[in-house]
Amino acid sequence: MSDLAHSSNGTEVQVIKGTSNWSVIYKRLKQNKTALIGGYLILFFLIISIAGPFFTVHDPTKVNYSTRLLAPSADFWLGTDHNGRDIFTRLIHGMSITLYIGFLSVLVGMVCGVPMGIISGYYGKTLDSIIMRIVDVLMAFPGILLAIALVSVLGGSITNVIIAVGVFSIPGFARIVRGTTLAVSKLEYIEAVRALGATDRRIIFLHILPNIVSPIIVQATIRIAIAILIASGLSFLGLGAQPPTPEWGAMLSQGRSYMFDPPHVALFPGLAIVSVVLAFNLFGDGLRDAFDPRTKA
Amino acid sequence: MLQFIVRRFIQTIPVVLGVTILVFSLMHLIPGDPAQIMAGEAAPEATVEAMRERLGLNDPIPVQYGRYMGKLLQGDLGQSVRSSRPVLAEIQPRIMTTMRLAIYSMLLSMIMGLTAGVVSAVRRYGLLDATLMLAALFGFSMPNFWLGLMLIKLISIDMALLPPSGWGTWQQGILPIITLGTGGAAIIARMTRSSMLDVITQDYIRTARAKGLKERVVIYKHGLKNALIPVVTVIGIEMGMLLSGTVLVETVFAVNGMGRLAIDAIRARDFPLVQGIVLIFALIFVFVNLLVDISYRYLNKRIELN
Repeated sequence: MSDLAHSSNGTEVQVIKGTSNWSVIYKRLKQNKTALIGGYLILFFLIISIAGPFFTVHDPTKVNYSTRLLAPSADFWLGTDHNGRDIFTRLIHGMSITLYIGFLSVLVGMVCGVPMGIISGYYGKTLDSIIMRIVDVLMAFPGILLAIALVSVLGGSITNVIIAVGVFSIPGFARIVRGTTLAVSKLEYIEAVRALGATDRRIIFLHILPNIVSPIIVQATIRIAIAILIASGLSFLGLGAQPPTPEWGAMLSQGRSYMFDPPHVALFPGLAIVSVVLAFNLFGDGLRDAFDPRTKA
Repeated sequence: MLQFIVRRFIQTIPVVLGVTILVFSLMHLIPGDPAQIMAGEAAPEATVEAMRERLGLNDPIPVQYGRYMGKLLQGDLGQSVRSSRPVLAEIQPRIMTTMRLAIYSMLLSMIMGLTAGVVSAVRRYGLLDATLMLAALFGFSMPNFWLGLMLIKLISIDMALLPPSGWGTWQQGILPIITLGTGGAAIIARMTRSSMLDVITQDYIRTARAKGLKERVVIYKHGLKNALIPVVTVIGIEMGMLLSGTVLVETVFAVNGMGRLAIDAIRARDFPLVQGIVLIFALIFVFVNLLVDISYRYLNKRIELN
């Protein structure tokens, strides 16, 4: 009944909610099956990452040679690795590391990339050329090479992986935000508020930012998927999380020497990466469709 | 067209300059003393000082950059710390291996991606479309190094069909190329499908059908030809993922290319070599993007009207 309010003379008056746009998006999102599956999976993984470690019975890092390379069993659900550690336990403990790297590195990229994009798109001219040249230079390094180069000089650790993947994500945010800012700031109502004497800061925070939130969210979701993939790759190369951290890429790197007989040491960490990345990709796809007014619900 | 090529070429100059600055700065991003790290933890002060002198780290940074650029313009990428050979001599024999791996993977990506994308678009909302798109979603959610490991386990170890490592014979090439090409195929498939769907709802496709053309002609000649234009832009980005993906795939399959050399150099803390490889990779990529932009312009003549 929140839509209805009583006016002073007692008649019911319809109150128009300012968030109608978001409720439309929420409705579209609920109708989109892939987005729902992705969203629930992400929620599920988040719960595991927080609560999971309390429910595992084995130690994720303690070496026990008497249980080396055991096949999956009732005791060890997904088998054990070359150091006798339960792979299931390690995967559960690694979930929080994976999500932490994914979210935080994208946050780094966002915090740097979004202001760059807004400044570039809103002020244009010299600032725009300078920022866009910086973005061009960052994008001149193919794919994950910049992240590899940065981690190689900074040294292998989770923090440095977050920095490297974050820097890698900057150009994506900067470009998308610049494009949308440019489009929005040309609209008439921006002209109107400027004519009313609004400052640049007020225009940017109050009128432009709310309008570019949706592409930023879509970009962030897809970027998390990419970030998780790259981070696992860096750890696989030995440039990221170091043993005995139960990071999935590092687990694959160690497991590759022992996969000749039982494949579980290399199979399950990979499946774990695929499922988390898939969840973010599904959710990102769904979000993009929900935010895009051209696609039919 | 020539004017466009020249202008686009000039645009790459500041980018290349920026790349050299960033690559040069890598050495100075090392926490601590790079000379100490490269000489080894336990090296005596005299050795470290010699290393510092050899790398020219005693000079002011602008002087160092000037010298770096000066040498670079003469094709001198510095000296490998580990082998004392010129960096370029270390990289040169491996460039072609990596390029071949990347180009063959690109071809595989394009063949698989375009086929799957067109089939999906033609059979849209059908079972085949759903299956292909689900496969594509898996394809680009999968770490390529993991796919490589699984292929080695399944095809090289269990079935003993193909060699698990190396590069040279065509048998050795198959698994690395599939491993590197799959992710790209998935992205191209998705892009082709959505681009095809955009195109085949256009009026001129209806006209083509209305004038009685065979469905095959409508789809391939009128549909695909126009749907390819946006796909070309993805190919540029794709090539970047493939080039850097060689680092992982070459490590998995023990291919002696530039990517594996990079990892070896990083492990040996041979930073001049790391810098050289990163620079060469970036230059190749800048050049590829130049080619992509030019071909995009060539394909999409509509840009010229605007």
